Amino acid sequence: MSMINYASREINCKLVYYGPGLGGKTTNLEFVFNKVAPNARGKLISLATETERTLFFDFLPVDLGTIRGFKTRFHLYTVPGQVYYNASRKLILKGVDGVVFVADSQIERMEANIEAMQNLYDNLSQHGFNITALPFVVQYNKRDLPNAATIEELQAALNPGWPVEDPARQRLIADPYHEGENLIQEVGGQWIERAPYFEGVAVTGDGVFDTLKAVSKMVLKSLGST
Amino acid sequence: MSGASSWSFREEDSNRIHGILVEFLREANARTGMIVDRTGQMVATVGEEPSFDPTAFASLTAADFSANDQLARMIGEPEFGSLFHQGEKESMYLADIARRVILVVLFDNRTTLGLVKLRVRQTVSELSKVFDDMFTRGGAGQVQMETGFVGEAEDELDKLFGA
Repeated sequence: MSMINYASREINCKLVYYGPGLGGKTTNLEFVFNKVAPNARGKLISLATETERTLFFDFLPVDLGTIRGFKTRFHLYTVPGQVYYNASRKLILKGVDGVVFVADSQIERMEANIEAMQNLYDNLSQHGFNITALPFVVQYNKRDLPNAATIEELQAALNPGWPVEDPARQRLIADPYHEGENLIQEVGGQWIERAPYFEGVAVTGDGVFDTLKAVSKMVLKSLGST
Repeated sequence: MSGASSWSFREEDSNRIHGILVEFLREANARTGMIVDRTGQMVATVGEEPSFDPTAFASLTAADFSANDQLARMIGEPEFGSLFHQGEKESMYLADIARRVILVVLFDNRTTLGLVKLRVRQTVSELSKVFDDMFTRGGAGQVQMETGFVGEAEDELDKLFGA
């Protein structure tokens, strides 16, 4: 639910980083906080436990500057990844404009990834949202680890695609981020669409801005005609 | 996409809200009145300019209210219509408006909780009318940026995060 305030000429959009515990959601925000010029971002607010696990959320506002007279700002939120904090996760999704799913590439975390993805679907649908209709990107984090699953395995498990029902959208769309791959394509007579994905190493910042930029652009596109 | 649940806020809405809050602050002798939407965005600030970061404040306010909503449900209440946080010198009172936004009142010992509560009740009903009007008015196409906005915004994104 982006809010356009014509009185103060502001646009605020809400992006939520979702995913399993210890997957790197907070690390993504910390990297953005450290790398974006201080005048373009606010404070990083973390509601965390004493052991630095996210308890409720992390929050970081990022200013895009004034565009066509509108001060445009993205509000970045993370959710707590641990399974038992679901009530908090649901609250953070309220009014979301775009979602980044931060998956942990380690093969041992595959099940936790799948569970978190299912949880995202469930919680969004309780807010009346459908993930396939929202700006949505997937980040496969921790690509530097030796026990990382392959991208093919991760895509098959977490981003297998959803059917494209609208005939107008049933056409080949290449993935602008990966040569030779498609976001929308026909597979066995069925048109399917996948969310854009990115490989990341959030601790070093690899892929962090690419991910954020992609979802931000999708949110902006959903705001208006080009 | 996100348009269905988006809402927009016009100059005349701002003026109406501003007028109601100015009157409220005067009657309640409170320092600052703010409107925060349930997703954590600051909608309006009237009265003494707060010294804190309003963006962070708004996100925490919405989280505070949402968490308390869930607590209310657990004890069998549909919601807590208002919350009160008492400090030694500064206190805050929060009240739900039309289930969509939150009125936040900052006050100190120049007034009393009783007076603030009394005046909030009237103010909430006036503001509810304003917001009900706004939400019923908003429809498809309401939130649509002018041509060229997206392109320029994308350029800014490239500048900020590197092309």
